[in-house]
Amino acid sequence: MRKYGKFAALIVVVIAALVWLASTGVSETKTYYKTIAEVGQMGDRAFSERLRVAGDVEGASIQHVRGQVLFTLTQDKRQLKVAYTGTDPLPDTFRDGAQALADGHMGRDGVFLASKIQAKCASKYEAKPGQLRGAPAPPVNKST
Amino acid sequence: MENVASLAVLLAFCAAIYALLASVVGRIQRKPFLIVSGERAVYSVWALLTIGAGILVYALVTGDFRFSYVVQHSNRSMPLLYKFAAWWGGQEGSLLFWSWLLSAYSSVVVFTNRRKHRDMMPYVIGVLMFVQTFFLLLNNFVVSPFKMLSQEGAIIAFQDGQGLNPLLQYPAMAIHPPMLYLGYVGFTVPFAFAIASLITRQPGEAWIHTTRRWTLVTWLFQSTGVMLGMAWAYHVLGWGGYWGWDPVENASLLPWLSGTAFLHSVMMQEKKGMMKVWNIILISTTFLLCIFGTSLTRTGLVSSVHAFAQSPLGKYCFSFLAICMAGIAYLILDRLQYLKSEAELESVISRESSFLFNNLILLASCFAVLWGTLFPVISEAVSGEKISLDAPWFNKLMIPIGLFLLILTGVGPLFAWRRTSAESLRRNFQWPGIASVVLVGALLAAGVRGFYALISFGFCLFVALTVLMEFYKGGRAIAAKNNMNLLRATLELTHRNTRRYGGYLVHMGIVLIFIGFTGAAFNKSDVKEMAVGDTLKLGRYDLKVVDLKEGENDVYSWNRASVDVLRGGDVIGTLAPEKRFYKASRQGTSEVGVRPRLNEDLYLNFGGMSDDGARAVIQAYVFPLVSWIWIGGLVLIGGTLVCLVPSKIKMQYARTEVVGITSKYAAVRK
Repeated sequence: MRKYGKFAALIVVVIAALVWLASTGVSETKTYYKTIAEVGQMGDRAFSERLRVAGDVEGASIQHVRGQVLFTLTQDKRQLKVAYTGTDPLPDTFRDGAQALADGHMGRDGVFLASKIQAKCASKYEAKPGQLRGAPAPPVNKST
Repeated sequence: MENVASLAVLLAFCAAIYALLASVVGRIQRKPFLIVSGERAVYSVWALLTIGAGILVYALVTGDFRFSYVVQHSNRSMPLLYKFAAWWGGQEGSLLFWSWLLSAYSSVVVFTNRRKHRDMMPYVIGVLMFVQTFFLLLNNFVVSPFKMLSQEGAIIAFQDGQGLNPLLQYPAMAIHPPMLYLGYVGFTVPFAFAIASLITRQPGEAWIHTTRRWTLVTWLFQSTGVMLGMAWAYHVLGWGGYWGWDPVENASLLPWLSGTAFLHSVMMQEKKGMMKVWNIILISTTFLLCIFGTSLTRTGLVSSVHAFAQSPLGKYCFSFLAICMAGIAYLILDRLQYLKSEAELESVISRESSFLFNNLILLASCFAVLWGTLFPVISEAVSGEKISLDAPWFNKLMIPIGLFLLILTGVGPLFAWRRTSAESLRRNFQWPGIASVVLVGALLAAGVRGFYALISFGFCLFVALTVLMEFYKGGRAIAAKNNMNLLRATLELTHRNTRRYGGYLVHMGIVLIFIGFTGAAFNKSDVKEMAVGDTLKLGRYDLKVVDLKEGENDVYSWNRASVDVLRGGDVIGTLAPEKRFYKASRQGTSEVGVRPRLNEDLYLNFGGMSDDGARAVIQAYVFPLVSWIWIGGLVLIGGTLVCLVPSKIKMQYARTEVVGITSKYAAVRK
């Protein structure tokens, strides 16, 4: 039985080490997905946790001010002002009306400081149902 | 034509159900005619699906823009290759591709086993056709690729389509999905044999011997697919990496990890009759992960930049997974007695033990990746808050796991079965051990820092040396005996036991891949808005923009920068990173400029034009050692191919096995 004890001990050590790594890793890198409404309800936690907020970029709200990009995200009629402070150039898909995902934390002045912006073009990989109607080529010939 | 296609796929669905029922009923009632007709039905499923898929491909290639699928994934200006690749470029088509591949595999299985495994085959067919029926159900009733565009009840046609997603218009990407699918689908075959062997309570390891080549080939496809995906991410996505722990990437890695564990643990069963339950669980897990991977990208369960659009597939896939899991669990529990192990573990420093830890670690990493991928879903269910884990979390966990696996690659194959003597440990590991310590010391002295990087380089050298010593020792012995030169003797050695030495080559490939991974610890990068004449210094390079151009053609408009690369004042090359904007799909892509060298890659991405339109945003990266990942991938593929070549001394090998079996039987008779 002693040799099985050795195996068991080794296995426990390996698994314990991994669980420890995983759980400490979670508290370091976790990012909360929040809607704009939920960010408002988070209270003080909104300032300390890393957040990821999704929404549509409001039409004509993108401004370039002193190396920062300012814009407004809207979701369900709620708005959130975002300041992008990261160094990477913004993705090509980021423009008025696009779906965007801002990654960062809430500033004390109510402006969300984003260090990363992901923008999703609606047709990425596949058109959503209903999107086809706006496609560049209009239907022409009818056949039965 | 679309009616013919739909009808063919519908008939395939019926034929698959028929094949399933005929085989199983024929087997239970012992009616050979029914079994044979079940086998014929398998061929007909393939034939019918070929007709259906052929019509879809024909529509894509000729541009029949009455099909909704063709409009979304093809257009007139695309090259032929990508028109063909559009078959698997979208949701509906790729699922049809899945079905078609499975039917083709099933036909091959039925044909090659037409005179073998008569008692097991009906159930093999049963399992294969069960899976086939599920996919055909999706093809027919959930995501049919043959939907026509209609307006007010009449079929209409578009003039042109949106074209394949431009990110996919890249040669490696055109063959990446088929490779992955060949892997995904291929694991169904060993799974079917495992289940059939369980149902019929087969004595011995027939299912493992029969499917060894299948599993290897499948694993080869899967590895190639994962590597191609990395190469594609590196060259096309332009974010300067090859692996971002995106859910879709993880989905392709999961079955690879469990499949790798399976490839190793079957050796325990073949040689020692151990780990029988474990092997069934592993191959089932691999199969389930393949289905899971296929559905993860399509159901919108986890959001991903690569994901297909959301669709109602989720509930079908997860019901199917649940049914399979329940069935497998029942079978294993019911037949636990027959899966009893024939030997016991003896020593911690033994081959058995190294396999055990290899499996433990691979499965742990598999579980970790799965956990991280599903963490948003899990955390939402538990705490109501959706929390995502990013690349840093995966790296924190996977780097130590990877290093542990790396060292196992080196020591595992050299441990003896049962137990290893101290003398053999010293003989095998003394010099590689000393050499690695010296290397780490030298790197430290040269100013290289980074705990994991140093360990990784040390381990890489250690494993590489142990592998080379194996070849050298064996080769020298043969050279001395047969009076050959060392190179020929090494080839001869490999040919005599392809499984063993092919395996070493695969391990060597893994070492090279790890060298490439380790280089990432020393990456450098910079971003700058540059006009013509501006310079940027990165590492040993001076970059100078000599030209900025823009233009357009039928398919896309482009911006391109020409950048001279200087070192020590001399121009050593020119790179031309480019940004494209595809008109039909209104989407941008990057054509990065890469100067690949064995020691480091210089990698330039055209980030975009600055706000005033006068300067280009250039992202510059230096990636040390990254080429070794691709080289290692090729070595890994080569090694796997060597494993597939039959060994020259097969007869002798078989004889020792026969002796083993008789002595086992003798023991039973006593």
